[in-house]
Amino acid sequence: MHELSIAMGIVDAALDESRRRGVEVSAVHLRLGALSGVVKDALLFSYEVACQDTPLEGSQLIVEDVPVIVFCGPCQAERELPSVQLFACPECGTPTMDVRHGRELEVFALEVKEEEELRKEVQA
Amino acid sequence: MSEPRLVEVRRNVLKQNDVIARALREQFRAAGVFVVSLVSSPGSGKTTFLEKTLTQLQPRYRVAALVGDLATENDAVRLARSKAPVKQITTGTLCHLEAAMVQNALQDWDLRTMDFLFIENVGNLVCPSSYDLGENLRLVLMSVTEGEDKPLKYPTIFNSSDVAVVTKNELADAVEFDWSAARTSIQSVRPGMQIFRLSAKTGEGMEAYLNFLAQQLAEQRAVAHI
Repeated sequence: MHELSIAMGIVDAALDESRRRGVEVSAVHLRLGALSGVVKDALLFSYEVACQDTPLEGSQLIVEDVPVIVFCGPCQAERELPSVQLFACPECGTPTMDVRHGRELEVFALEVKEEEELRKEVQA
Repeated sequence: MSEPRLVEVRRNVLKQNDVIARALREQFRAAGVFVVSLVSSPGSGKTTFLEKTLTQLQPRYRVAALVGDLATENDAVRLARSKAPVKQITTGTLCHLEAAMVQNALQDWDLRTMDFLFIENVGNLVCPSSYDLGENLRLVLMSVTEGEDKPLKYPTIFNSSDVAVVTKNELADAVEFDWSAARTSIQSVRPGMQIFRLSAKTGEGMEAYLNFLAQQLAEQRAVAHI
């Protein structure tokens, strides 16, 4: 299982961005490709562990699954693969390795706490 | 409650690894060394296969190997019998190699003294698929005893590999290995993949694979004008 080191990478990236922007993070949005080699459940579990004792503790990891999108030459179109076990156009059946999406492992957005929220937290 | 504010950041989680891998690839190109990484499940015969590869390439080429292992140095000891320079990377509990480990291990090696460098990853068909090591060729090894549908069970690693080697062919009859089913499952997850069927033990089929490597090295050097 390498999800813990991936989760620590996510936390590092999110912390770095939040510091740079001077914001506090309540959730991290991740794009996770079907070919990234990362198991979502293991990652969600690892994320909590990786957040411990960091400013991200208590934040949420929101994962957007990205399916494999290939380009089919004969169809001249992008197609979504129904399964990663068959790299062929689901319409015409032509095998293809022209992968356009599905390898993503990307922190693409941070949900940040508004100043008002922060003030409330301080008061409480 | 108001809608949470979203800030777009777009950060590749493996960027650090990818940056090092790119630097390694450039280093390999400049030194004229062709780098092959080996991935497989535990027990598929990676070390025997690599030992034979090193021994048989050696009369004609300068070869070296890095081997990743969780805890022991047994593999490095076995490979040292080939008389090629071999270095062990002990990963501890880590189930895969990362580019930084390769970079560290190579620090006191002069890449210009090599034609081929082999990097044996930790025996694992899942985790290594996410990490680029800067290699020129990723070779996935499966043995006939593992079953024909291995590629369908681990599509990501087969898909991210460049060439497949099916080994322990001397046992194919005993385990009633269905060659055509195996080929179909490889081609299903990685269309067009070149496959070598061989026995590291008897040497059967090794020549075609070694010739392929020699050709890859020649092509790389032709492109790099070395």
